[in-house]
Amino acid sequence: MKAAVVVFPASNCDRDVATALKQATGKPPTMAWHQDASLPDDLDLIVLPGGFSYGDYLRCGAMAAHSPIMRDVIARAKKGTPILGICNGFQVLCETGLLPGVLMRNAHLKFVSRDVHMTVEGANTMFTARYKPGQRINVPVAHGDGNYFADKETLDRLEGEGQVAFRYVEGENPNGAARNIAGIYNEKRTILGMMPHPERHADPLLGSTDGKAIFDSLVSALS
Amino acid sequence: MTEATLTHAIDHGLSEDEWKHILRVMNRTPNMTELGIFSVMWSEHCSYKSSRVHLKKLPTSAPWVIQGPGENAGVIDIGDGDAIIFKMESHNHPSFIEPYQGAATGVGGIMRDVFTMGARPIAMLNALRFGEPTHPKTQHLVSGVVAGIGGYGNCMGVPTVAGEVNFHKSYNGNILVNAMCVGLAKTNKIFLSAAKGSGNPVVYVGSKTGRDGIHGATMASAEFDDASEEKRPTVQVGDPFTEKLLLEACLELMATDAIVGIQDMGAAGLTSSSCEMADKGGSGIELNLDHVPCREKGMTPYEMMLSESQERMLMVLKPGREKEAEKIFKKWELDFAVIGVTTDTKRLVLKFKGETVADIPVAALADEAPLYERPWTEPARPKALGDVPEPKSITETLAKLIATPDLASRRWIYEQYDSTVMADTVQRPGGDAAIVRIHGTTKAIATKCDVTPRYVQADPYIGGAQAVAEVWRNLTAVGATPLAITDNLNFGNPQRPEIMGQFVLAVRGIGDAARALDFPIVSGNVSLYNETNGQAILPTPAIGGVGLLKDVTKHATIPFKAAGETILVIGETKGHLGQSIYVREVLGLEEGAAPPLDLKVERKNGDFVRILIEERRVTAVHDCSDGGLAVAIAEMAMSSSIGATLTTPTGIARHAFWFGEDQSRYVVTVPTADADRILSDAKLAGIPALKLGLTGANALKVDGEDPFPAGRLRELNEAWLPKLMGAA
Repeated sequence: MKAAVVVFPASNCDRDVATALKQATGKPPTMAWHQDASLPDDLDLIVLPGGFSYGDYLRCGAMAAHSPIMRDVIARAKKGTPILGICNGFQVLCETGLLPGVLMRNAHLKFVSRDVHMTVEGANTMFTARYKPGQRINVPVAHGDGNYFADKETLDRLEGEGQVAFRYVEGENPNGAARNIAGIYNEKRTILGMMPHPERHADPLLGSTDGKAIFDSLVSALS
Repeated sequence: MTEATLTHAIDHGLSEDEWKHILRVMNRTPNMTELGIFSVMWSEHCSYKSSRVHLKKLPTSAPWVIQGPGENAGVIDIGDGDAIIFKMESHNHPSFIEPYQGAATGVGGIMRDVFTMGARPIAMLNALRFGEPTHPKTQHLVSGVVAGIGGYGNCMGVPTVAGEVNFHKSYNGNILVNAMCVGLAKTNKIFLSAAKGSGNPVVYVGSKTGRDGIHGATMASAEFDDASEEKRPTVQVGDPFTEKLLLEACLELMATDAIVGIQDMGAAGLTSSSCEMADKGGSGIELNLDHVPCREKGMTPYEMMLSESQERMLMVLKPGREKEAEKIFKKWELDFAVIGVTTDTKRLVLKFKGETVADIPVAALADEAPLYERPWTEPARPKALGDVPEPKSITETLAKLIATPDLASRRWIYEQYDSTVMADTVQRPGGDAAIVRIHGTTKAIATKCDVTPRYVQADPYIGGAQAVAEVWRNLTAVGATPLAITDNLNFGNPQRPEIMGQFVLAVRGIGDAARALDFPIVSGNVSLYNETNGQAILPTPAIGGVGLLKDVTKHATIPFKAAGETILVIGETKGHLGQSIYVREVLGLEEGAAPPLDLKVERKNGDFVRILIEERRVTAVHDCSDGGLAVAIAEMAMSSSIGATLTTPTGIARHAFWFGEDQSRYVVTVPTADADRILSDAKLAGIPALKLGLTGANALKVDGEDPFPAGRLRELNEAWLPKLMGAA
């Protein structure tokens, strides 16, 4: 699997996700700079990492969505190249319109950093094939703007079409997200945006390996 | 240029004697820009004029110390070519006036101190002190400080992994915000601040200079009064986004060999960075202020030199390397300007619009700054505590204690800090010490900060030593070998002999403990004048320590692991209730002597526990501190949902046994089959150890009392802070 991680100014989970990708694939991913005009050819996966791209100025992800490299990311996405957006990466994907909805300020208005339990909803995608359908997994969140919102029709459509990827278990929604949504797919399930950080739970020493299956699933599907 | 006068000098916080001293070293009357420069360089904050004579007595060396105090931060060797660079620093005065920005820029400042030496920050800690929970300002200050620390540290992508928080009325008018940063570098890639050589370009990088923070260092060197809030404009505004870019750009340039010296612009900004670099390099610096990147038009030399705008660095490069360096900073979209040159004149010379606007011998600002041996008196020590009535129920009392301000869960705070970014946090907030793995290796550092101000108030010498011992104990309790400390000495007005007495004795205690435990001080910061209207804070010498785990898998944690295990206490329990949380919270008394501390015993007990952890003979470990054995055991139960059945030994009052705060103790659990063997090993080593009971069920039960559910304890422990913050 040939993967690239996009680095925006003040991305700060780029190294973490690169470490998790290297663990899964055996080789380090390409690190792509936000000012680059294009990504390497023949990519199997593009990752938009967590962080505070452009300092979260204007709106989280809004400026990154318009950075030079994103033109190529959007073009690849339209051709079907799989994309994983984690935390700030999810915010960027919503800002580009590649995923529907928005991520608003957390309902309690504070940054939240804790482990949450969520269920794997639409299993058997390239991102989640290694999970059992409905599996309950433990993955950390760390964000100030993870409160997923979309209008009722969009939410109904996401649920009806199996585009909800992960849902916080009842009582553990850390941010007020509509219908406990923690992550969603695009219609073709080639793009996944999620607020929790699977790359932080990919090593037994860090308390859990529940996030590792995402990277392993991608390797199985894309190698 | 306007000549300065004595009145100007006094307005700048200088004394009449200091003004005369300036006239002497200048051999003429300084102009206003020069006076401004003297005033910040000679401020308590920059010159350590009241503290230096005492700090010199601290032990600062060990075979593993690469750099002791005097640079931006201390450096220790952790083997394999890896170095840990760390320091703690206060941002007390600004945080009281403007809590969000004060705390945020405190975090930014300490991070710059660490990455300016070539380290990537890998862990942040903070030691916070607030006033009484019921004080009308407390909620606002807690909320702002916590959001500010999170807002800055989270954006930087450095995990905030440990800290401590106290509430006490003595901090009503002066909160304490001490931030600590731990960074990782290579031992052969450590950058110092000396501006060596003549003719080397002096380069300014980072944010533009604005009018914010002018006189911040002077403000931080004075007491507060009722008008202090008018000083809000002297508080700087932070931009973590720029700092993150500055971090990456500096580390990228540091991978080359273009840098001669580098220093962050912290307190007193361009003034202190240029003076200190020239002083350490034995050189002079000439700056052309026309080239300083300014945020606003019409800034005067005085304003540029005294601005404390954040996210700026000063570097001296090797000649001819400017283009290469500029390219890196342009890539990161940061300002880059050659603003001067090093000289061999040993003078700081400032040019502006073709005129010389300042010309001062560097030594006058640095080495020849005033030095005071301030008079001090031995503080009166409180009488030993008399008999204290025994409560009806140990567990009911415990349930009350764990929901008091100093023992309640800090979850509401630490969940606002990203503690898992960088994916190396092995022990998160809530343990005795944080554990952060060295990326890509199997070793880790442990880190924690601590001090018990009520002990320091009761006995500054014991309290100072106890703070060092407690940090040493915390690192030991997770299995680490303690290596070195940073100190952040927060006190009141040093011109009052009783406050100076607290300072002198606490430093003596810190020094003696550091010597006894081989735990040298490699960096530090002093914050004096923490007083409002003559009311000083409790003396608060916060200590931050770093230890090493060679094999990260051999670490210990607090939660009970299984039912039916034996609970032991390592170390002697005499039942010392003086200055205890029990006496304060149950009886409402801040009385008695501080608990005695024997540093030889401390070391022996700790070494014994560390070996038990290394040999994997213990299943859980917790140091015993505030609230004594009962609170330690409650924390082990609450974090695991496994209870315990405990028996009080004979010959000691029950409340003294369970709530006494005798030092140098650890609570451990062991498989019951191994308990006797460990007790006999302890006996052989001359270490008192005792069985307390067994883990099991889901409640705490002491002697014949009704069991108290661990879940209920946790609810009480978790509820207090959210309730205070109006977020229950």
